[in-house]
Amino acid sequence: MSQLWIATLLSSLICFLLKYLGYRIPESLLNRPVIQRINSLIPIALLSSLVAVQGLTIEQQVVIDHRLVGLLVAAIALSFKANFPIMMLLAAASSAAVYNL
Amino acid sequence: MAVAIPVGTYGAAFGAASIAAGFSILQTCLLSLLLFSGASQFAVVGVMGSGGSALSAIATGSLLGFRNGLYGLKMAPLLKLKGFKRVIGAQLTIDESTGVSISQEGRGDDAARYGFWATGIGVYFFWNLFTLLGALGAGAIGDPAAWGLDAVVPAAFLGLLWPRLTDNKTRILAISAALLALLLVPIVPAGVPIIATALLAVIFGSRAKQ
Repeated sequence: MSQLWIATLLSSLICFLLKYLGYRIPESLLNRPVIQRINSLIPIALLSSLVAVQGLTIEQQVVIDHRLVGLLVAAIALSFKANFPIMMLLAAASSAAVYNL
Repeated sequence: MAVAIPVGTYGAAFGAASIAAGFSILQTCLLSLLLFSGASQFAVVGVMGSGGSALSAIATGSLLGFRNGLYGLKMAPLLKLKGFKRVIGAQLTIDESTGVSISQEGRGDDAARYGFWATGIGVYFFWNLFTLLGALGAGAIGDPAAWGLDAVVPAAFLGLLWPRLTDNKTRILAISAALLALLLVPIVPAGVPIIATALLAVIFGSRAKQ
């Protein structure tokens, strides 16, 4: 089986089991403040590192290119409370514009 | 229906990004049907697309999916599901359905339950429909960078991150995580820099009092 199939099926299975477990385990087990705190922080760390790695690296090198322009435009759009579709469109359009210069 | 347009755009972006990362149309659609959690799906295709191993992709996607389990914990006493309905309810337990349900709590349990199911089913339908459309569209456009698609993926992560940056602690964590990941990128295998930053979250979460 290819790596892509393994990633597709196993991540789907594990993510479903995580959802399902929430309905099966006693609430007291995970309802501790430290667990809740870490749980709310993990997405922040992972999403932020995904922004950096997806936006600023190519093949294990840090690279500044057109994508950074798209990201900066997205950040400006978000700070003006733009909704999701508008923010994505602006990011794509500005990045594509610089790429096609 | 208010959720349909953002979910549709995001789903189409996922479909296109997944194809650009090398996944087939079938694999792309299976991720939306079976995994059904936007951040995890983007993480899986993002890590694979940047050359990471399946193990890194699965680990990153699963860490991001952990919160859905905690949502389930919160929803279980309200929904009181058994058997097959519990399987369906679990699969629909995501940011949007849980968020809408909690926002309806003041209007009673029935309204909260309705909010969960209506949002979950609606998002599932539009997410999968637009994943397919995005995947079909991506095959037709050639160079993803010429259409800005390579910037859409990090922008999508930024859009998911932004509302979570509510105070200085979360902002410092976000910046530290980005810097740590960039530092690690040249020296460890692809995918590992992202998972490694989960440790920062554990450190921040176990030390700092709210």
